[in-house]
Amino acid sequence: MRVKRGLAEMLKRGVIMDVVTAEHARIAEDAGAVAVMALERVPADIRRDGGVARMSPPEIIESIVEAVTIPVMAKARIGHFAEAQVLEALGVDYIDESEVLTPADEAHHIDKWQFTVPFVCGATNLGEALRRISEGAAMIRSKGEAGTGNIIEAVRHLRSITGDIRRITVADSAELYDWAKRLQAPVALVREIAEAGRLPVPLFCAGGVATPADASLVMQLGAEAVFVGSGIFKSDNPAPRAKAVVEATTNFDDPAILLKVSRGLGEAMPGLELGNLETRLAERGW
Amino acid sequence: MLALQGAAELHLAALRSIGAAAVPVRRPDELADVDRLILPGGESTTISMMLDGNGLAGPLAERLAGGMSTLGTCAGLLLLAAEVSDGRDDQHCFGALDISARRNAYGPQTESFEADLPIAALGPSPMTAVFIRSPIVERVGPEVEVLARLDGHPVLCRQGRAWGCTFHPELSGDLRLHRLFCEEMA
Repeated sequence: MRVKRGLAEMLKRGVIMDVVTAEHARIAEDAGAVAVMALERVPADIRRDGGVARMSPPEIIESIVEAVTIPVMAKARIGHFAEAQVLEALGVDYIDESEVLTPADEAHHIDKWQFTVPFVCGATNLGEALRRISEGAAMIRSKGEAGTGNIIEAVRHLRSITGDIRRITVADSAELYDWAKRLQAPVALVREIAEAGRLPVPLFCAGGVATPADASLVMQLGAEAVFVGSGIFKSDNPAPRAKAVVEATTNFDDPAILLKVSRGLGEAMPGLELGNLETRLAERGW
Repeated sequence: MLALQGAAELHLAALRSIGAAAVPVRRPDELADVDRLILPGGESTTISMMLDGNGLAGPLAERLAGGMSTLGTCAGLLLLAAEVSDGRDDQHCFGALDISARRNAYGPQTESFEADLPIAALGPSPMTAVFIRSPIVERVGPEVEVLARLDGHPVLCRQGRAWGCTFHPELSGDLRLHRLFCEEMA
């Protein structure tokens, strides 16, 4: 577990970018991304086109691995352990068991302890995060609402997770059992949080980041790194925006730098109101 | 502690727990205030770009040339090296250590590992060394002292006041290397 979590430690204060092609991957690395996430379509396109969204074809992932020197992650469907086995055999550095793809199992997530490759999983609240950690996830990210360019859901998830962590740190030992019951999570993990005041694995943010200020916002709310999906390659001018989000993540607490990097980026991706969505991706996962 | 990107927090916690007054460094004025610097693991390409972005590359090169005490771990070792292969052509190698290193030389994350590493300078019991997508040092210059090897490859070395290791001492909870670095340089 130390080796799995170790790579997540190395990604902190960095930006992981969704890429569909080797060309995207090179733009991401040139901009200073710490890793890329290989996927078949960015979430905004999955949302628009519908249909079943699956793991990327191996040859696309391989072309991305060839194109960059930074770590490459790839998404598997929730519960689809065979896709995960394929990705591990292919040699990706991290697997995202992701609600952005169409789930393959409506009750079970992947038993991630069976794998050498580390997993990141999404969570909307602390209970979900701890269930994923108990299944072997080595990194947790907020789900946000992918493909919307709307940060409100990621903020809700981060505040829910960090708020409950703070409340648990002041609970007495008897109350920890009640927390475990309410969160539907192992009491041992709840105790770990009570002692450490933080998740036992790194907490990253994903879902709806579209601007440098969005990245700063979620970092100030307690995220330790940022995933950007459609926000880069669905914007007017991806390369400068990618670089600006990277600089904003590193310098998230320095408003002067945020101002500087927010200038001259052109149009951000068009956003979506949450009330108008047909599918809430964040509701996938159990 | 250089804290632009990567595993700076765990280093800071390790340094503080042995009583060192450790602070994060992200700007030139913060670099000017420290007497020694740890360069953490992370992505060397990203850290290198952020050194440029934050105006630190020039001042850091000057301090290193002036013989500042420094420890580079993993990506940090690459920044201190004289030459890096399998990286990006534009990434900084400050040359404080006369070594050539190959980036991510063990392969993908599934090849990352832990090893019990005997290090004479740290005493008789081995150190649990965590290697995460680590580089391999392929050449060491005549001025470089190798303090530990794994499978024949140097994994901990020093040249004057510059130290570098290819593993992550901040991940294992073993504080002896941090302590040695702070004591030797005091």
